[in-house]
Amino acid sequence: MDNLIEMRGITKRFPGVIANEDVDFKLRHGEIHALLGENGAGKSTLMSVLAGLYRPEAGTVLVRGNPATFNSPRDAIDLGIGMIHQHFTLIQSQTVTENILLGLDEPRFLMRLSRYDKQMAHIGDQFGLQVTPDAKIWQLSVGEQQRVEILKMLYRGVEVLIMDEPTSVLAPQEIDELFKTLRSMVAEGKSIVFISHKLHEVMTIADRITVLRQGKVTAAGIDPATTSKAELANLMVGRKVLFELEKIDREPGDVVLELAGVSADNDKRLPALRSIDLKVRSGEIVGVAGVAGNGQSELGEVITGLRTCTSGSIRVNGKDVTNRSARTSIDFGVAHIPEDRTHVGTAPNLSITDNVIMKKYRTPPIARRTLLDRDAAQKMAEGLKAEYTILAPSVETPTRMLSGGNLQRVILARELSSEPTLLIAMQPTRGLDVGAIEGVQRMLLEQRDEGAAILLVSEELEEIFTLSDRIVVVYEGEIVADGVEADAAKVGLLMTGGSHEAAEEHAA
Amino acid sequence: MDPIIILHAGLATGTVLLFATIGEIFAERSGIMNLGLEGMMLIGAMAAFSVTVATGNGWLGIAVAMLAGGALSMLHGVVTIHFQADQVVSGLALTFLGVGLALVLGEGLSKAGTISLLPRLTIPILSLIPVIGPIFFTNQSVLVYVGYLLVPFSWFYINRTRPGMHLRAVGENPSAADAMGVNVYRQRYAYVFVGGLLAGLSGATISLAVSPGWFSELTTGGLGWIAVGLVIFAAWNPWRAAFGAYAFGALRRTILDIQGPQLLLGLRNPFFFNPYYGFFLQMLPFVFVIVVLIIGSREAVRKRMGAPAALGLPYVRGERGL
Amino acid sequence: MTSTTTDARRSFRFPLELQIEPRMDSPRWLAPLVSLVAVLLALVMGAVVLALVGGNPFRAYAHIAGAAFGSLGVFSDTLVKATPLIFTGTACAVAFKMKLWNIGAEGQFFMGALGASIVILAGVVSEDASRFVTLLAMAVAGALFGAAWGFIPGILKARLGVNEIITTLMLNYIAFALVNYFIFGIWSEGGFQMTRTFQRAAWFPRLSDLAEQFPIMRGLTTHAGFIFAVVVAIIAWYILFRSLWGYEIRLIGDNPRAAKYAGIKITRNTVLVLMLSGGIAGLGGMSEISGVIHRLQSSISPGYGFTGIIIAWLAKLNPLLVIPVSILFGGLILAGREIQPAGVPRLIQGIILFMLIASEVFLRYRVRLVRRTA
Repeated sequence: MDNLIEMRGITKRFPGVIANEDVDFKLRHGEIHALLGENGAGKSTLMSVLAGLYRPEAGTVLVRGNPATFNSPRDAIDLGIGMIHQHFTLIQSQTVTENILLGLDEPRFLMRLSRYDKQMAHIGDQFGLQVTPDAKIWQLSVGEQQRVEILKMLYRGVEVLIMDEPTSVLAPQEIDELFKTLRSMVAEGKSIVFISHKLHEVMTIADRITVLRQGKVTAAGIDPATTSKAELANLMVGRKVLFELEKIDREPGDVVLELAGVSADNDKRLPALRSIDLKVRSGEIVGVAGVAGNGQSELGEVITGLRTCTSGSIRVNGKDVTNRSARTSIDFGVAHIPEDRTHVGTAPNLSITDNVIMKKYRTPPIARRTLLDRDAAQKMAEGLKAEYTILAPSVETPTRMLSGGNLQRVILARELSSEPTLLIAMQPTRGLDVGAIEGVQRMLLEQRDEGAAILLVSEELEEIFTLSDRIVVVYEGEIVADGVEADAAKVGLLMTGGSHEAAEEHAA
Repeated sequence: MDPIIILHAGLATGTVLLFATIGEIFAERSGIMNLGLEGMMLIGAMAAFSVTVATGNGWLGIAVAMLAGGALSMLHGVVTIHFQADQVVSGLALTFLGVGLALVLGEGLSKAGTISLLPRLTIPILSLIPVIGPIFFTNQSVLVYVGYLLVPFSWFYINRTRPGMHLRAVGENPSAADAMGVNVYRQRYAYVFVGGLLAGLSGATISLAVSPGWFSELTTGGLGWIAVGLVIFAAWNPWRAAFGAYAFGALRRTILDIQGPQLLLGLRNPFFFNPYYGFFLQMLPFVFVIVVLIIGSREAVRKRMGAPAALGLPYVRGERGL
Repeated sequence: MTSTTTDARRSFRFPLELQIEPRMDSPRWLAPLVSLVAVLLALVMGAVVLALVGGNPFRAYAHIAGAAFGSLGVFSDTLVKATPLIFTGTACAVAFKMKLWNIGAEGQFFMGALGASIVILAGVVSEDASRFVTLLAMAVAGALFGAAWGFIPGILKARLGVNEIITTLMLNYIAFALVNYFIFGIWSEGGFQMTRTFQRAAWFPRLSDLAEQFPIMRGLTTHAGFIFAVVVAIIAWYILFRSLWGYEIRLIGDNPRAAKYAGIKITRNTVLVLMLSGGIAGLGGMSEISGVIHRLQSSISPGYGFTGIIIAWLAKLNPLLVIPVSILFGGLILAGREIQPAGVPRLIQGIILFMLIASEVFLRYRVRLVRRTA
């Protein structure tokens, strides 16, 4: 049959980069079509063009055979195309119903929410997406928020649903639920574009797969049954991808980090950590697996002095650092790779030099009594720039002009160059391309081999499995498993609250 | 020192603050902070007075004043919404600009006029209610009654209507609103303009109703800044804004009156025409604002009532992804 | 955006279009050029307004140029006007660098003047103390009073999260009233709104003091406060760009979360920086008293504190640049006194600031005319 959506020759440029180059994409009615590619390949950009957010420099879009031009997302929605973004577009302080009604011309003036509440509940039941219409968004779990996003689109009569990395915030069991929902939507006549960089998911759910690499199509509309993960990876990256990194088994040394009975609250004053006991030894990587939002961020913050704990004790190399400042943590040789590299890890308008001395500026040679030795700082920055291959015009370049990968290299240069005894790495490879990911993982292993104790928190189970000497699973602020084996099903179950016994059964 | 008189007179000054504060609430709810209130109010006051004196028509004066305030606010709008400049600095620039422009254009305006140039009304039945009647509904300028209506209307608009929901959305999460087809730019321009209109009205209220005349800078004398503070105290809620505005108005009047009587609460009045203590009284309104701010800030922390989440942040249609 | 709809039916479209994209690089000459163009455009607009009000803009501007920089005597007066501006401009630059909006430089200026005056009027320093001791005491008092006036909004923001824009502003009015209390009440001289004239030891030395040795210096009013101001500006620059503390200030200003992550205490710096800013502005007040007014009265500033904001912005928050910018504005204020109507200098200042911030968009985006792709 004819294609429902056809995109021909789409080219989209941003300053300094060509995001999509002469891309063709076809979507058939009633299929789940996966758009696969690594971070930065241009998948979101392409679909943003389809959803009316961007206007391409060249190319045409055909909807049901007719050419279409979109001046805004509304135009796309009018034609039945809607996109659900990776970062939800929800107003936290408003209710589910209000969010679903956002941007519509109805109700005319007065809001009679109770009538709409009933409507929303009804639609939710129709598609198997349960929601509480009068709940405020900030009260909902991430999975529930995603359901609201989907309902938003369905309410507008969208026929083509574009989902951008929908599983990045879900646990394995929630992912199964989502896949079930997608299939039932297809049964109701919807068509779905599934953007992802996760090979195994794409192989599971997709009817057809299109692969993008660096803005160009490397494979269009292939049937997953006719290909393999290795082949897809090759199409994604273009060279043999090393899934294995050299990891030598080591005997871990002394205990460097020790948490005993640590509890802490999150920003909403709700308990985020409940009586955590944890030890990390030198020369050991402890990987913390868990769905985002189960206390991992708070764990990192509490250790590095950025959050106070309400009870318990934290010791680094035997010294008590409980509730002492971030400065103390830094002085005791704790390195911290933060989750948010743009908003926390770097100062965007300051130079690479200024960013790289952030932890060391108080000590010589950068510090000369109360003054800053700029020559020493510059020399150090230049040395690090070379050592960590940071690509930038000079060390005076403001860091906001650097790409994600280079920004992370700046942070790594800063944190790793001080030969830390303890390294807290929070989502260190998030948003990086495969080459950069490999580089970061290699550096972490090097540090481990040199005796550093590393606490690794990551959303990517693959990464945890590859790097960790010991795996710990966190769920709702508690450590539910310490030293579990690298089995995705088992760990996945633990990540969503299943007990050990259930995990054993599941694996068996 | 009659409390009835104080509250009665306080309503007039309070109304001035009320218009400016509610106007700013609209703007800030959409995410744009406009610190140029003092400038817009002064332009409004000058425009209202000069047009009214020239044409004899107070309503025309009000209309021109509102448009003047609105026009000035659009400068701030363009610079902050389209050029994404820093909102604080732009607001300050607007103050300089507005005050300077008002002084320049108002040069030579006759300073005369002690009678109110707008009608005063007494509402028939309501004015007979004991205590409340004489204060709220007797012999108040027409604009005061407009103020009474503005408060519930503003609250209703913001919280119970669809356009009001879009306003709140734009101020909380503009990228979400944009993704759903709400034109963030247009909404923000609209509400900054509303803020300008109301600031102009506020100025007109001063020069036509409260202290008729043109007294250069003293016409507004810092009221615009006080309104900015009241917005924070009001937690962006029109009802609280009304409370704060009227309370401040009453305070102002109290300060004036307290210097009159020889006896205060039966004791000798320390403020009785005392030149020294008079200056401390002058400080009171401003200390009041600081105290009110402290209360507002602590409450915001305690009750988690905050500013619109996107207040002060320029919105750029995400180019590198949302 | 292309489509296959028939373009032929559309009416004539201009062959060029505006392309706006974020700028990836920033050549060093761009920022000063943009600022210069902005100021020039602002002056043009000011001329338009003047013309509309019935004045002759060319005569006015020529007059300003002449009245500010025309002769040695006049230039000397310009430097006198520039002195307090250097203080307030530096004070604002220091605070703004940390994104602390100190709108209270005017009030801190007044408090500094008050502090310096109290030293004389309350007899803290005896009448026959040496000039050096007197001036030193006045400077210390001025700085302390100004710093105290910065401490209040600082601690309120640090501890209670109270918006400093409004607190600093309110403190302006409170400072005015406070000074008035002293002028009208306790130390009023003969019932007038001013105190007695201070003893000679409380006066900054002036160029005209050297008139006997160097006749050319006759009548030149430039006083030692100018040197003092320049020194303070240089020290402030040094602190901001060469010291560890300055690094912390700049980091907090750019990204407070990163600063916290780096172990820097934001609350402490909030208080300290506002105190520093207030202290510098307070020194400005002291300088004006010792250099020009020689007494305490209610009109000691035509808005130096507020002009300081514009100067700081125009100087891109760099204390060294504050110096030449202050001289420019000093000339404007000096000559502007004679311009009718009275609001003109303020108006021009407002237009300049507006054009400046509007022009900054060109530093972040590149605007080009390109051929429209058919």
